[in-house]
Amino acid sequence: MDQSNPFFRPYKREIRAGLRDIAPVAVAAVPIGLLFGAVAAAKGLSTMEVALMSAFVYAGGAQFAVIEAWAHPAPIAALTFATLLINARHVLMGASLGPKMNVTGLQRFVAFFFLTDEAWALSERRALERPVTGAYWAAMALVLWGNWALSTTLGSVLGSFMGDPARIGADFAFTALFIGLVAGFGRSRVTLVTVGVSAAVAALVHHLVGAPWHVASGALAGIAAAYLAAPGEARP
Amino acid sequence: MSLDTTTLLVIIAMAVATYLTRIAGLFVADRLVLTGRAKAAFDAIPPAVLVSVIAPTALTTGWAEAIAAAITAIVAFRLPLLATIAVGVVSVVVLRNLI
Repeated sequence: MDQSNPFFRPYKREIRAGLRDIAPVAVAAVPIGLLFGAVAAAKGLSTMEVALMSAFVYAGGAQFAVIEAWAHPAPIAALTFATLLINARHVLMGASLGPKMNVTGLQRFVAFFFLTDEAWALSERRALERPVTGAYWAAMALVLWGNWALSTTLGSVLGSFMGDPARIGADFAFTALFIGLVAGFGRSRVTLVTVGVSAAVAALVHHLVGAPWHVASGALAGIAAAYLAAPGEARP
Repeated sequence: MSLDTTTLLVIIAMAVATYLTRIAGLFVADRLVLTGRAKAAFDAIPPAVLVSVIAPTALTTGWAEAIAAAITAIVAFRLPLLATIAVGVVSVVVLRNLI
């Protein structure tokens, strides 16, 4: 991305800051990427399909959810709806970060393709002190994107040699990963109610109706439960 | 290297849906201020979806998976993500051999 910044040194400094901030995140994402590729391979996706999905969708949470609910033939509507639901948080993140970024016009629509939880969180932190420049964002975004595309593709190659994932418990890695991610949302009353209702409804629908509709119904039930469990607004 | 048509369609649909969520915020930047119940409902989306995805595996597959899920949930609040996954995988392997 060309930011047409006439000052070479600040430009370079911004890139360095972006690389420094994203490095630990990228390292931590490698095993997750390998895991995604391996389990996607076990579900029957080719290496090419894994690479395309990671490069163009580039959303770990949605990719994991879709692969877990994968069936043959793939239920397009249900998987797309699950993707929309999981990524709906991007709307709020973009609304918050957009005005804080030193990027304008069409470049914003390129820059925001690379919006992720991690890049967003780091940029919001940086925005507390200074504007988020295109150079800083581009450095972070390209490293994290390349890292995800490469590690998932490698994982799919390695995964096809691994054989049956259940043999080494790798089929449970998803479940464990998701439990870990859910724990990151804390233990507030509203979160616990959400988790309990979603789990119960999803398990029930899976039993009665079948995959992948348990995802949407469990999620919507949990969201409704959160709405009802939260303290109401003080009316004006 | 094979490319299934249905799989390709899913990837394209996912890519378009995801990109729309990413740029939608730019259009509503000044208008989207959620409070109270609406904010709680929106914040609940990620955990609600994540739990719904794994609930059948965790709760209805068998005792080994259910107990391993409970162990994973307990350590998840204390350990980093990769260690949590490792504990989950090891417990399910051990429990499947015991039960």
